[in-house]
Amino acid sequence: MMGWLLVALLAVPLLGALLLLLAPHALRPHLRAYGLVLSGVTLALAVLLVAAFDYGQAARPQFEIDLPWIAGLGLRFHLGVDGISLPLVALTALLTFLCFVYLCWGRARAGEQLMGARPRALVFTLLVLEVGMIGTFLALDLLLFFVFFEVVLIPMYFLIGIWGGEGRRAASVKFILYTLLGSVVMLLGLLLVWAQTGTLDIEALAAAHGAGMARSVQILAFVAIGVGLAVKTPMWPLHTWLPDAHTEAPTVGSVLLAGVLLKMGTYGFARIAVPILPEGAAAVAPWLGALAVVGIVYGALACLAQRDLKRMIAYSSVGHIGFVLLGFATLTPVGINGALFANVAHGLITGLLFFLAGAVKDRYHTADMPSLGGGMLATLPRLGSVLTFASIASLGLPGLAGFWGEMLALFGAFQPANVLPRPLFLTYMVIGGLGAVLTAAYFLVMLSRVTHGRPRRPARPAERVLQVVGGPSPGGGALDTPDAGVPDGDAHDSPDERPVAPLDAGDRPGEIGGRLVEVGDRPGEIRRQPGHIGRQRDDLGDQPEDIRTHELLAWTPLVVLILLFGLWPGLLLSLTTPAVQILLGGAS
Amino acid sequence: MIQQIDYFVIAPPLVLALAAGLVLLLDAFLPARPRTRGVLGLVTLAGVLVSLGFVVAQAAGGGTPRSTFCVPPSLADPATVQCSFVADRFTLVFAGMVLVAAVVVVLLSMAELAGGGIPVGEWYFLLLCTFVGAVTLPASRDLIMLVVALELVSLPVFALTALKRYDGRSSEAAVKLFVVSVVSTAVMLFGVSLLYGIAGTVFLSRLGAVFSGQVQAPGVALVQGELPAVGTVGVVLVVAGFAFKIAAVPFHSWAADVYQGAPVPVAALLSVISKAAGFAGLILVLVAALSGQAATWVPIIAVLAALTMTAGNLLALRQRSAVRLLAWSSVAQSGYILAPLAVTVTADGATAIGASMAYLVIYAAMNLGAFAVVMLVSKTTTRNELDDYRGLVFRRPAAGLALAFCLICLAGLPPGLAGLFAKVFVFRELVEGGSGWLALVMAVNTVIGLYYYAVWTARLFASAPEPGPVPEPAPRRTSPATLPAIGIAVAVAVLFSVAPQLVLDVTALSAFG
Repeated sequence: MMGWLLVALLAVPLLGALLLLLAPHALRPHLRAYGLVLSGVTLALAVLLVAAFDYGQAARPQFEIDLPWIAGLGLRFHLGVDGISLPLVALTALLTFLCFVYLCWGRARAGEQLMGARPRALVFTLLVLEVGMIGTFLALDLLLFFVFFEVVLIPMYFLIGIWGGEGRRAASVKFILYTLLGSVVMLLGLLLVWAQTGTLDIEALAAAHGAGMARSVQILAFVAIGVGLAVKTPMWPLHTWLPDAHTEAPTVGSVLLAGVLLKMGTYGFARIAVPILPEGAAAVAPWLGALAVVGIVYGALACLAQRDLKRMIAYSSVGHIGFVLLGFATLTPVGINGALFANVAHGLITGLLFFLAGAVKDRYHTADMPSLGGGMLATLPRLGSVLTFASIASLGLPGLAGFWGEMLALFGAFQPANVLPRPLFLTYMVIGGLGAVLTAAYFLVMLSRVTHGRPRRPARPAERVLQVVGGPSPGGGALDTPDAGVPDGDAHDSPDERPVAPLDAGDRPGEIGGRLVEVGDRPGEIRRQPGHIGRQRDDLGDQPEDIRTHELLAWTPLVVLILLFGLWPGLLLSLTTPAVQILLGGAS
Repeated sequence: MIQQIDYFVIAPPLVLALAAGLVLLLDAFLPARPRTRGVLGLVTLAGVLVSLGFVVAQAAGGGTPRSTFCVPPSLADPATVQCSFVADRFTLVFAGMVLVAAVVVVLLSMAELAGGGIPVGEWYFLLLCTFVGAVTLPASRDLIMLVVALELVSLPVFALTALKRYDGRSSEAAVKLFVVSVVSTAVMLFGVSLLYGIAGTVFLSRLGAVFSGQVQAPGVALVQGELPAVGTVGVVLVVAGFAFKIAAVPFHSWAADVYQGAPVPVAALLSVISKAAGFAGLILVLVAALSGQAATWVPIIAVLAALTMTAGNLLALRQRSAVRLLAWSSVAQSGYILAPLAVTVTADGATAIGASMAYLVIYAAMNLGAFAVVMLVSKTTTRNELDDYRGLVFRRPAAGLALAFCLICLAGLPPGLAGLFAKVFVFRELVEGGSGWLALVMAVNTVIGLYYYAVWTARLFASAPEPGPVPEPAPRRTSPATLPAIGIAVAVAVLFSVAPQLVLDVTALSAFG
């Protein structure tokens, strides 16, 4: 058997990270290449896994490895991959590699800054994160799943807390406390299952389809596990950590958070909650569906109200995940297939969107949509086109990956499992459909604000500030004079317009104060300390660059996959369908 | 009549006691030179190691548990074996843990004493006396010996706390500790006397038989296994006495002041060795003697555990001083250790005790690691606040990473798998034992606890502060002994992270004796 392949998938990044810890000085000059090579090797292993996978038996866990680890807890080191986890493993390896490409290949400013501030720690963090993410998708033991589920917390905490934006400390603490609360409750649910059945083996538990557990126990366990997963997913009332974490995280953090970490929650539903606790699932499904559609509508409405591009994409995740959860709630093969498809598609599309938002923020030093000013298709045609592409993929245009999953989820709600009340789910379907329309609405609004229209952004925030600061030489009154170049005074009406502190603006307390001194209440009166202006001025001479090579390298695979899965959904569905049928064996 | 004493069984405390005497003699007769300090430290260390060797030899010997100081068969009731000193697995696990922790504490002491200002001979003598008590206590199987051993653990600690002479905080801490400890001893002695009055015996095994109704109580008749009110009072008083020792709510308020006032090695001693001794005594009394009366004490312990973890965590949230934070966090951890005792409803609550012990063993490793690094930092800063740890990872990578690992372990998150599994052991017992509410309380507490551990950990990685207007005090020479101390503690914590099964194997005991 090729069980070593799965171990290698975990061992390569883990050993790579440890080596980084043990031999810091030898590796320091080659950090970029080091991270790239390690994640590349992991990706190659994942590709090998995809190639060697026996597609005739996608329902069965393959490449299994099963070793005892902690006998006292009944915890076994049990790994395996089937049709459900295979796409997610590949997605994780791909996205991590692309993040390294983005960071290490080019000399981009964001990349420079990220890699400039503690590059070794960054590579280390990302590699450990990768171990946790891949491990979660491979684990076939309840506690092992939990351990890997937890492994991602600390690296993500540091990723947000060290390399994040201005509000990073609060965002990172919120992230870790919220998700830990979820996972501890999930642990209680898992232990309840363990106490009732006496085994932690996911395969055996899924095959038993809840035998040996009373209905009340199943409901209790499903709620506990469901709450834990829902925090991570995130489901509607438990989502509040997400926008902050996404907004403050650096680009790679947002990409991995949206692309993979959220999937760990939905994967948990498919792997643990639904198959192991079928009666609990049947009892809770209507509630799950209700919260899911609330999430869809709420996400869409929240998106409509956002000004910040990153925050908007974060809220759009809440909506998309709502479709995924609705798919699970139907408990039908169609719905769950749709959910799994939407899961992967969301990973690809939102990953790309966060890359793009990072690129926009990198160029304009703000992600605030009104101050971006519009007309990106004219000023930066390529970036604008990719942004348009990703947005319409995300809103679910038929022919792109975003469409099939949501369509199938809604279709599943049209004909839910027999144990579920059909009228209720029909209502959900209608509301979900409305939500899809709203999704289209906010993405189109966003596009019209950012990419379309006349480029009316003569004064970029940095430029404007420069003029303001540069003013005092002719006369002190210049501080209050509106910029002459602004035709409609638009630049002055947004309070959020101040230049974003560069990513590496460490938490040296003195420094932020030194860079940005607010003279008065009005946003126009921000002045910059002279020391910092030089760098800004360098950027001012030319228009922001269009897509750079490393960005192209990082994004192309995502674009290709979005097109591929959009045009040929069967590729993914044929993989998940048999597994889903096994998984629902008890329920339907 | 002449009693046969099995000297091999009592060798671990005996060696420590002899070493204590030797240290005093050496201190009196060796010339008072700086080198003498090191020599005394090494003698102490050797004593601890030899004692540890005996514990390991006893453990390796295996077989039936050996005991000594027994009531001769001719006098005893044949129904129960009555011995005062038993070296079973429970004893060996606690003794081994205490002695390994003792090695770390001695190493930390060598670093602390290198600065001078503290009388060396007295310090090591008192330290060794504490160890004697801590090793004897888990082996004690009668109430008198239990109380004496517990006092042997406690009494020298006041003096150790006060040895930092001419230090107001230190003296205050010593007085607080003294008062609290004396009160708790008095309370416990009262409880013990009540129990003795009911059962007419001090041997735990006999007490167990009486309280589970197997043997007729000579004092008061049990009505259908129910204790008379006086017995309940006795149980409560004994529990309260031990609750003082382990700093459980509502007897927790001394912890922070004492920890902060005492020298750091003494704080480490209090938080690990003294606490382990308290738990050993509590487990012995509750499970060996009072298991028949579980209905009386299980609810008390459960509420105590819930309150302890909650209060400890909430108080730790607002701390700025590193030692105070560790003090409250160790109170919270006491709550986690207590929790499995609350599900020991049946007489064969062996696994639940196993969970408590496993947690205690893992806690000892990670907490000592944290204290060792705090000790290191305390040598270079005056106030030892959390802000002094800013950027520690860049200034001292090994120490910074070690502290980060220990804190994450204490929080119970990967990569600190030891702490995670320790919590899983406890959670499992709670869920299995049906104490769902306690599990939920503990879940919430885990999250609260994570906050302060995470904030402290983040500070380690934050960029160093701008050098302020006040220049940092010139770093005193750090003794080389701190690094092995950190090394031992962290190595054990890492070992437990990779192979938690070791802890489970050791702590899985079927029963006492």
